[in-house]
Amino acid sequence: MTDLHQLSATALARLVRSGEVRARDVVRSFLDRIDRLDPDYHAFLDHRGGRALADADAVDTARARGADLGPLAGVPIAWKDNLVLRGEVTSAGSRMLDGFRSPYTATCLQRLTAAGAILLGRTNMDEFGMGSSTENSAYGPTRNPWRPDCVPGGSSGGSAAAVAAALCPLALGSDTGGSVRQPAALCGVVGLKPSYGRVSRFGLIAYASSLDCVGALARSVEDLALWLRVAAGVDDADPTSVAAPLPGLEPDHRDDLRGVRIGVPWELNGPGLEDEVAASTQAAIDALRGLGAEIVECSLPRVAYAVPTYYLIAMAEAASNLARYDGVRYGARSSGARRCEEMTTVSRSRGFGVETQLRILLGTFGLSIGYQQEYYGKATRVRELLRADFRQVFGQCDLLLSPTSPVAAFPLGSRVDDPLAMYLCDALTVPASLAGLPALSQPCGFTTDGRPIGLQWMAPPLREDLLLQVAHVFERQTDHHQRRALS
Amino acid sequence: MTDYTTVIGLEVHVQLSTHSKLFSPAPSGALGEPNTRVHAIDLGLPGVLPRPNAAAIELAVRAALALDGDVQTVSRFARKNYFYPDLPKGYQISQFEEPVCRGGSVPLGDGRSCRLTRVHIEEDAGKLTHGDIGTLVDLNRAGMPLVEIVGEPDLRTPADAHAFLHNLREILRYAGVSDCDMELGSMRCDANISLMPVGSTRFGTKVELKNLNSLKMVQRALEYEERRQAAILAAGGRIAAETRGWNDEAGESRPQRSKESAPDYRYFPDPDLPPLVIAPAMIDRQREALGELPQHRRARYRTDFQLPEHDILVLTQERAVGDWFEALVAAGIEPKTASNWTMSEVLPAQRQRTTPLAEFPVSPQQLCELVQLQGRGALTQVSARKVFQHLLVHGGAAEAAMHELGLLRIVDRDVLQPLVDAAIAALPEAAVAVRAGKERAMDAIKGNVMRATQGRADPAIVDALLRAALGIGSAPPA
Repeated sequence: MTDLHQLSATALARLVRSGEVRARDVVRSFLDRIDRLDPDYHAFLDHRGGRALADADAVDTARARGADLGPLAGVPIAWKDNLVLRGEVTSAGSRMLDGFRSPYTATCLQRLTAAGAILLGRTNMDEFGMGSSTENSAYGPTRNPWRPDCVPGGSSGGSAAAVAAALCPLALGSDTGGSVRQPAALCGVVGLKPSYGRVSRFGLIAYASSLDCVGALARSVEDLALWLRVAAGVDDADPTSVAAPLPGLEPDHRDDLRGVRIGVPWELNGPGLEDEVAASTQAAIDALRGLGAEIVECSLPRVAYAVPTYYLIAMAEAASNLARYDGVRYGARSSGARRCEEMTTVSRSRGFGVETQLRILLGTFGLSIGYQQEYYGKATRVRELLRADFRQVFGQCDLLLSPTSPVAAFPLGSRVDDPLAMYLCDALTVPASLAGLPALSQPCGFTTDGRPIGLQWMAPPLREDLLLQVAHVFERQTDHHQRRALS
Repeated sequence: MTDYTTVIGLEVHVQLSTHSKLFSPAPSGALGEPNTRVHAIDLGLPGVLPRPNAAAIELAVRAALALDGDVQTVSRFARKNYFYPDLPKGYQISQFEEPVCRGGSVPLGDGRSCRLTRVHIEEDAGKLTHGDIGTLVDLNRAGMPLVEIVGEPDLRTPADAHAFLHNLREILRYAGVSDCDMELGSMRCDANISLMPVGSTRFGTKVELKNLNSLKMVQRALEYEERRQAAILAAGGRIAAETRGWNDEAGESRPQRSKESAPDYRYFPDPDLPPLVIAPAMIDRQREALGELPQHRRARYRTDFQLPEHDILVLTQERAVGDWFEALVAAGIEPKTASNWTMSEVLPAQRQRTTPLAEFPVSPQQLCELVQLQGRGALTQVSARKVFQHLLVHGGAAEAAMHELGLLRIVDRDVLQPLVDAAIAALPEAAVAVRAGKERAMDAIKGNVMRATQGRADPAIVDALLRAALGIGSAPPA
């Protein structure tokens, strides 16, 4: 069996279902590959080894028995370290949850296993999702498989690197302000952030609840459609999940984009872009025009305020969401304190990393008496204006297009001392997050030194079908996604 | 005290009578062993989300309707952020700017009422026990559903506060919203009190009183605080804005926290919970479930049954008592007779029991049959009580019990005559007194006959026979 690791999730599922390949061999090949290659990249925090093989055996046994196999039967999937799986360690990239084992399983993981997927291992991330480079992990950084001296992006950098290095065909991430799309762009893979509420957040360790979305990364658009069909749906355990039907995601195999109006907001397609990113994006726009799409110049006037708006809201919610890590019930408790209050203070000071503490402090400030209206309150009002901008622009076009990240993968350590430069990495992804829109990043080129460049699509709420169909055509008509970081 | 007007406002937390917690499926109700009624959601484990309990929302709406409040069709949950070891998430889910109910009132019983500012829904915290080995955390109570009822500063005396709480409790119990047991903590009260010179309209500096675990404690603590503040003001002092804890044993309050050190709770809308939308149909259902409130029932008992005020108060203290009484009336018993039976027989028997009145072992139909036997003259009052006690224990039909107990009223003069003669012989002094005109001395002789017949003798016949035997006239008309 050659090169199982280069196959897509869709192809692997087909082979397992037809009996041409055993699930055990699929899982075995990925585990071997992780053991062999991941020490160089540190995409994984750990893998389930024998337990994953046992799950694969169960799929093979079921198939031998003639039982119905789920749509993801035998497909090994990695998940970000902020999704809880019963009995397994989940640390959200933080010292605070070092060794924490969850007594329950996240809905999005439950749906995967119910569909026959094999949970392979846990991927690295910026602590609690706070970062754009995976350098804020308490367990050390992840390296970009295309350029090991560069970051994979973040915060789902472990998942992006794992998919790019073909250590798994599909990996789950989470996207609060771009944490799936930006690492997908920097690692040359496809990343989908569904609409807010489309996939249950139950079991996703919260960073900013009104923005958090479970997403996925893969090497093809088709694989993301396969995943979304399994993952989407209302969940009683998540009151913010939506019951809207999922329009048909079957790729229609059309070869052109005639009749599709693609909006290009100038605010997201010019200022602050690296030259090669701008050039690749322009080339993509030309290619899309060549495929018959109508390119619509448009504007999102309030998008200039998206980054400060995003950070005010995300940090305020984070300060509240992270208050539960107090050393009382679970997680790290520092010894030596004599009073409850001191125990909490010491545990939090030692358990949280620098960036997390910075965001908790800023978030607390933004909600304080006397400042709440000025900061958090104003941010929520701007958020509404931004939503209105999107509603208005979606009257003129079907989808929006921009680069995913203003920059390609940057060297490790080059931005850690400049939080503001790091926050600006998110300038192009946070608008869709604030508006709850579905968005997708796919490869659209490379820098001359071989670093991937990503293209971002945004669609109206709950129109993942549009995203996936158009991205699928672009993918089939271009060859960017066929390049591999590793053989 | 005559120089000052007292201003009191109460904030009352009431635990809703649901089967499960406000945002988790963990059971509520009586608390078990520590930390045995705790779901991952109550623990605030990483990744959990609150799951609103529809039954709790319904009861909160019912409470709002019972208190004549304005139910808001759209309200919001908010996070109240603070650190405390009994607060698992580091914030309490409550309501802040957009409560489920605005306005409302509680009658004070004398025609006045106290306005309410609002009623909102929130979750309870856990419990800490400080001991030698450290601080113990019990999260059984964490996440229990509460409504907080915020009263306007309309109360003017500690007795007003007592009346407010008494009536509030009665209404909420009637509505089936809560058992409102202050001793067990299902109703908790904080009181704000300030004094101002008589005639002034500007409220003085208020003090918040906590740790008030019964209606009596609320009144005692307020009386103490009224005296304390009056003494300070009379001596030219200033009242410190503070929270004071009531110590009932010592009979005094002690400072707990000054208002300057009050934490900044950083309220903001809970992003995990969409706005709480209440459908008009749900409000209608709760209005129906609400049934009749105590003040309305009292008015009806006055006009429909013409009962004495005392009877009305006793019969309407709890919805179940009135329901039982009305079942007797519906079964055909005359209202005052039904009231008498309820007050003098049913309620004393119920007090010995632990099950609800609705499960009382004698049904209204059985009791009706008994009352009819008495009405037909088959049973004396004393015998009827004996049959009732028998039915309590053994059940069955009243008539069968009467025969089984041999309690049929004795009206046969041939049977009674020798008993009357024996009683006169046994009580010669009484007989002399009666002959000398002291009719009241007859009671002793009658009592002797009643004892001899276990209360079965027809009192009128005994009276007639006795008068004949003693040679005095018939009884004066009553």
